[in-house]
Amino acid sequence: MLAMDYRGPKRVRAVQKPMPEIKHPQDAIVRVLRTCICGSDLHLYNGNVPDTRVGSTFGHEFVGEIVEIGADVTKVKVGDRVLVPFNIACGECHFCRQGMFGNCHESNTESTAVGAIFGYSHTAGGYNGGQAEYARVPYANVGPTIIPPDMDLDDAVLLTDVIPTGYQAAEMAGIQTGDTVVVFGAGPIGIVAARCAWLFGAGRVIIIDQEDYRLEFACNYSYCEAYNFKEMNDPVLFIKKITDWMGADCVIDAVGAEAAGNTMQTVTGRKLLLQAGSATALHWAINSVKKGGVVSIVGVYGPTDNLVPIGNMMNKGLTIRGNQTSVKRLLPRLIEHVQNGVLNPKALITHRIPLEDVADGYRMFSAKLDNCIKTVLMPPTANQ
Amino acid sequence: MEKTPKNTPKNPRIDPKQIKGWGIDADPKNDPTYPMRKRMNVGEDPDSKHRPDHLQPEDTEVLRSIERPDVSAVFGTPAPPMGLSGLIRRAAFKYSENEYKHWLPLIVADRVGVVEGIVADLSHGKLPNIWAEKGYDMEWKYNRPAFVTKLATIGAVTAGLVVWLSSGKKKQPKPVKKDYLSRF
Repeated sequence: MLAMDYRGPKRVRAVQKPMPEIKHPQDAIVRVLRTCICGSDLHLYNGNVPDTRVGSTFGHEFVGEIVEIGADVTKVKVGDRVLVPFNIACGECHFCRQGMFGNCHESNTESTAVGAIFGYSHTAGGYNGGQAEYARVPYANVGPTIIPPDMDLDDAVLLTDVIPTGYQAAEMAGIQTGDTVVVFGAGPIGIVAARCAWLFGAGRVIIIDQEDYRLEFACNYSYCEAYNFKEMNDPVLFIKKITDWMGADCVIDAVGAEAAGNTMQTVTGRKLLLQAGSATALHWAINSVKKGGVVSIVGVYGPTDNLVPIGNMMNKGLTIRGNQTSVKRLLPRLIEHVQNGVLNPKALITHRIPLEDVADGYRMFSAKLDNCIKTVLMPPTANQ
Repeated sequence: MEKTPKNTPKNPRIDPKQIKGWGIDADPKNDPTYPMRKRMNVGEDPDSKHRPDHLQPEDTEVLRSIERPDVSAVFGTPAPPMGLSGLIRRAAFKYSENEYKHWLPLIVADRVGVVEGIVADLSHGKLPNIWAEKGYDMEWKYNRPAFVTKLATIGAVTAGLVVWLSSGKKKQPKPVKKDYLSRF
């Protein structure tokens, strides 16, 4: 089968690989119909996630058709079209039973700090991902969710990560009616977080980024105010000024390790890898939220350390929340929102690229070429 | 004083109630929120040690975090450790996730793995197409001026370094000390 193949930092290609096999009675094999490149895939692509092995296949956003099931699979059957949450979760462990499907204890042997994620390095369990014609999906009774017959596959594929993560970012911010919410990062997750902040009753939503085309997209998609930090001397001071010098009630970091905007963070975090990525957005979030406010982190950082003003967090009495998204927990509500027209996931898609050209897709998304917001990869099997 | 960004006029404040879905998930009790809201302490959970019925057979080498007692019920195996990078990874997994001695060697192993990957390609008679693998066609198509400037800069710096390293003054032969005493 054709699959994406990681060769080293900023080097990927599409090659023929062996078909995935059932390894556990709860496994299923899925023929991939749509798969996306996620902003967090760029951390892998840039070589910033430890234990990202050459030969791995990335891809944690995919939908497909079940073509084979293990002996214990009862909730889906061959022929079902399913959306596959990006986390691999057993549904039975202490954490899954609290709805923490992003923190499953029975799917990742190689790290306890993170749950298992499809195609996201051996640190996240060492599973091949969905940027391929076929993928092995463990715990098929738990994760894969049957796509409603009236739902577009383009909408479904964005329900595997982008929409739930943006929604959970807003949820974790503890937004109360009338709150001012600032979102750092106008990538797909930040745009969705800004859109979802309104669902929780926000009174004002502001998004900050450095790409004008993304800010314009966010303005139109999320109905939020949008500002370019390159036009400011100091984003934190700017936010204080436009919030009557109090700071935002809630701030969402939807950037993570690839943040720009601070030379020292960029050099130490992204170039020299002395930190687990550049923590510029988190730094700004802590400093621009009001005293007693909430910082919600969905931007991905590596497993080591970052330079952030933790003293300010204590002195301002902040609450900081973060987690990998519990996709399965959120899906029923989000499917409802999509079916009712409250959320429009597929409007985020700007590019559709054949899996054979996966290297072009990564370069385009990584370098933000051709006003790219969200790229969908189309495996050859998608047309069968 | 902080200056106002140029695009401010594009940002008129809107009435949130006009936005479809505004407030439909508002909940005064959403604080504390997920993941705190449904927390369950291990002590309250009589089934905290529960494991799935079946365990995936270990038919390949799996490196296990020493912060857990066993291999998880399922695991992935796309690239088992091998070669020099594999040796480094095995050494890294002797330390907990709390230690740099775990993570830094893994980053080193990743870089060693890249070289091993190129060697493996060559040994299979395949010359890696770096231009295509890096997606440079897209840079050429959508970002040509900046891309050409970048390539020219890298080329100029490389050429400069080569010239500088190769054009150093020829080492003067060490003057031979005259051995006046040998005549005596």
